[in-house]
Amino acid sequence: MLAFIIRRLIQSIAVMLTVALISFTLFQFVGDPINNMLGQEASRDDRAELRQRLGLNDPVPIQFVRFVGNAVRGDFGISYRMARPVSTVIMERLPATLELAFVSGLFALTLGIVLGVYTALKRDGWLSNFIMTASLVGVSLPTFVIGILLIYLFAVELQWLPSFGRGELVQITDNWRTGLLTESGRKSLILPAITLGLFQLTLIMRLVRAEMLEVLRTDYIKFARARGLSQRAIHFHHALKNTLLPVITITGLQLGSIIAFAIITETVFQWPGVGLLFITAINFVDIPMMSAYLILIAFIFVIINLIVDLLYFLVDPRLRAEKSGGH
Amino acid sequence: MADTLLSVKDLVVEFPHRRGNLRALDQISFNIDRGEILGVVGESGAGKSLTGAAIIGLLEPPGHVAGGSIELDGRRIDNISAAEMRKIRGRKIGMVFQDPLTSLNPILTIADQLIETIQVHLKMSDKEARKQAIKLLDDVGIPAASKRIDDYPHQFSGGMRQRVVIALALAGEPELIVADEPTTALDVSVQAQIIDVLKNTCKEHGAAVMLVTHDMGVIAETCDRVAVMYAGRLAEIGPVREVIKHPKHPYTIGLMGSIPSLAHQVDRLVQIPGSMPRLDNIPTGCAFNPRCNKVFDRCRTERPDLIAVEGNLAACWLHAEEATA
Amino acid sequence: MSTESKTPVDDIKPASLWFRIIDSDLFNSFIRKPVIVASAIITLLIFAIALFAPWLAPHTPFNPSSLNLMDGFTPPMTANEFTGNEYLLGTDNQGRDILSAIMYGTRISLFVGFAAVGLAALIGITLGLLAGYKGGWVDGLIMRIADVQLSFPAILLALLIFGVARSILPPRVMDEATVWVLVVSIALSDWVQYARTVRSSTMAEKNKEYVQAARLFGVPAPLILLRHILPNVMGPVLVIGTIGLALAIILESTLSYLGVGIPPTQPSLGTLIRIGQDFLFSGEWWITLFPALTLLTLALSVNLLGDWLRDALNPRLR
Repeated sequence: MLAFIIRRLIQSIAVMLTVALISFTLFQFVGDPINNMLGQEASRDDRAELRQRLGLNDPVPIQFVRFVGNAVRGDFGISYRMARPVSTVIMERLPATLELAFVSGLFALTLGIVLGVYTALKRDGWLSNFIMTASLVGVSLPTFVIGILLIYLFAVELQWLPSFGRGELVQITDNWRTGLLTESGRKSLILPAITLGLFQLTLIMRLVRAEMLEVLRTDYIKFARARGLSQRAIHFHHALKNTLLPVITITGLQLGSIIAFAIITETVFQWPGVGLLFITAINFVDIPMMSAYLILIAFIFVIINLIVDLLYFLVDPRLRAEKSGGH
Repeated sequence: MADTLLSVKDLVVEFPHRRGNLRALDQISFNIDRGEILGVVGESGAGKSLTGAAIIGLLEPPGHVAGGSIELDGRRIDNISAAEMRKIRGRKIGMVFQDPLTSLNPILTIADQLIETIQVHLKMSDKEARKQAIKLLDDVGIPAASKRIDDYPHQFSGGMRQRVVIALALAGEPELIVADEPTTALDVSVQAQIIDVLKNTCKEHGAAVMLVTHDMGVIAETCDRVAVMYAGRLAEIGPVREVIKHPKHPYTIGLMGSIPSLAHQVDRLVQIPGSMPRLDNIPTGCAFNPRCNKVFDRCRTERPDLIAVEGNLAACWLHAEEATA
Repeated sequence: MSTESKTPVDDIKPASLWFRIIDSDLFNSFIRKPVIVASAIITLLIFAIALFAPWLAPHTPFNPSSLNLMDGFTPPMTANEFTGNEYLLGTDNQGRDILSAIMYGTRISLFVGFAAVGLAALIGITLGLLAGYKGGWVDGLIMRIADVQLSFPAILLALLIFGVARSILPPRVMDEATVWVLVVSIALSDWVQYARTVRSSTMAEKNKEYVQAARLFGVPAPLILLRHILPNVMGPVLVIGTIGLALAIILESTLSYLGVGIPPTQPSLGTLIRIGQDFLFSGEWWITLFPALTLLTLALSVNLLGDWLRDALNPRLR
């Protein structure tokens, strides 16, 4: 068990280092940081001095080590565009994205599993067919189109829900302001959360359905039938657990990509999170911001991956026994 | 003989297909008596496993019973509701599948699966059911059953798992066990043990067995009677000794001649030329006629029924000639 | 004698080919599903309209001299209050005919989609063949990259590649090459599926006896790959390509919507939707909703076709 965790940790660190290397390369080869910081008309001496001060004259490996060291301490430099430390800006924006991702992930996961199981069990029912067709529409709908349609229906025509922003916020810590505690905050969250979650919802649902159908075809389900167990016991005691096991992995990764997909939703609803920050950074070629976002996303992915692995480990008796040395 | 437990009459199983119905089982008739062991042999695709699936009501859709009847204890079970059939499965008819590695749910303990099955069929408290489960494991020869019961399937070897499967099949105290190639997936070294366990425990529990296999050796050592299937039809059925020593159907004769362990009196192994026809391409008359070395005109036009010959029943016109001649 | 024997053969051959198509499982599963037939017809229709947009479109929406600002914000199928001009799907703020803009926009979206799928398939198939045939460290390297890439969402990757291109290329070059940068970003974020599929088929195929025999006879590796292995992977590649086309169209429109894609001077469907969203709140819904519906119809039809194709070619996956 311990060896397994250690191996996983080492792999995670390797992934993080790779991503750091990509970010670092961005810094090295894309744009000239001196130009970006001093502007075109700075004098040659000023440039040389800044180069020296930033350590840009050191050998590349040393620069990389320094880059990683800074990143570990949360120092990603100064945003070219906002002239403020990147990490401060990101920490201000992160709660908005995390709240949005969490709510839409919860929405996608619960509804996805329920609908997936339902459509697998009632395979040829009209409601199942309808849900499956609707899910294909869901996959084909680009996220931003869903958002716009929802805005048109619920914000413009019916005027039930706000179409942009986070509503009224409550300060919890220095950096963390939440919209979950006020009514307008919760109302503002509904449309973005649905928009962001719908795609994941269809994916999870289709995955659960496919996996469940696969499990229902296995010998042990046939054998359970042959022993006269009730439909209910077969479906929910025998099949569901086996279905959810592989679903954990892929779903975990999906939840990770929600954070990345938030870029689109945040643009549609002008939701002040890190995704919106990243789009602005790309448009203004704000390299420190881009690379910090990249590292942040990678970090979230790696953490989710680790959690998923551990979870899998705890749920599957085969893995548990193997790794703990039982026979 | 003893009283009849299962009676299959003119059973037809069909699979609808774009170009018409595929007839996978064509007018199969046989009986199984209480406590008897009936072997069913044939090449793969002959319909052995399908017969077992039809009896326990677990044909894969779109396959379905399209004719004939199946009676258990004199009561028809081929046309009853799904809920009724569920009460029969496990309680009256148990089943043992081919591959013990995939027959057990990998994430439930043996205790979970056994106790659940016992409690579905027999009114028992958790404690009684657990006791009964340990006894069953004991019966099928699992050492230290009271300890091993809380293990997961992957902690058992293949042979041990098949014993667990047999225990599970017997958990509802059924009167008939359908065993579908129970040793095919096992190591050769444990095959004989498992057959012994199957035979003896079923005898102790008073269950008859329908043993589907392609291993004539197993049949010879285990069964009371044997049915030989070919292309979805019954070719011959009779007491094991008779069928092996004096096969009546040319296909059975060929089959016995091709098995080394049984052919010691014969000079050399015989091979039947050709191969079994596909289900969508079965010849008119006797299905075996294109490969038969004793074929004559009638075989090509008229399908033979089972004809009684010296204690066996064989679907072959040769014996009709003999009977009338 | 020769003429007599030739005629029936010539008669039979095309007929039997036709019959084989009609009788094939693929065709049968196609013709029996009205939804799929409808999707195919709609897809082909959209392709045709996009292809012939310059001849079919009632106006030339991107020629500033032909635009009349007075025509702006004309609702669908209503006469403009100043000019009296009527447009089937209305006009945008600059008096541009929405219908024509959609036709041209679809043309750009489809061009990017096809080009990206083609490039992704080319990269993916090449690397897949290479990885599967060579094995060893080549295989290890390619598949490791694929694994890492697969765990990141395509949109993020495409955004990043686009961002890098923007910061490397001088602005003037970037403006002209936007479409191609877009194609490359989408292709680079989408080649993994092809590579994986082709690799596994290649590995299965290369150990078969006829390939071994060809190797023994000294047939060069590229020829073996092209003649023997490639034909065997075309089915799955077709499925991935069809679904990939829908994905590429969606990705392109998303990037354009986010403002990093096609510039407004030559708007794709995504750009049109972005421009129109601003007017949604003031009641001019047609400017954004018609392009959005077009995009939806196109992506849905192609997706349905891809889904069906996958099921039809591989029944087990259902």
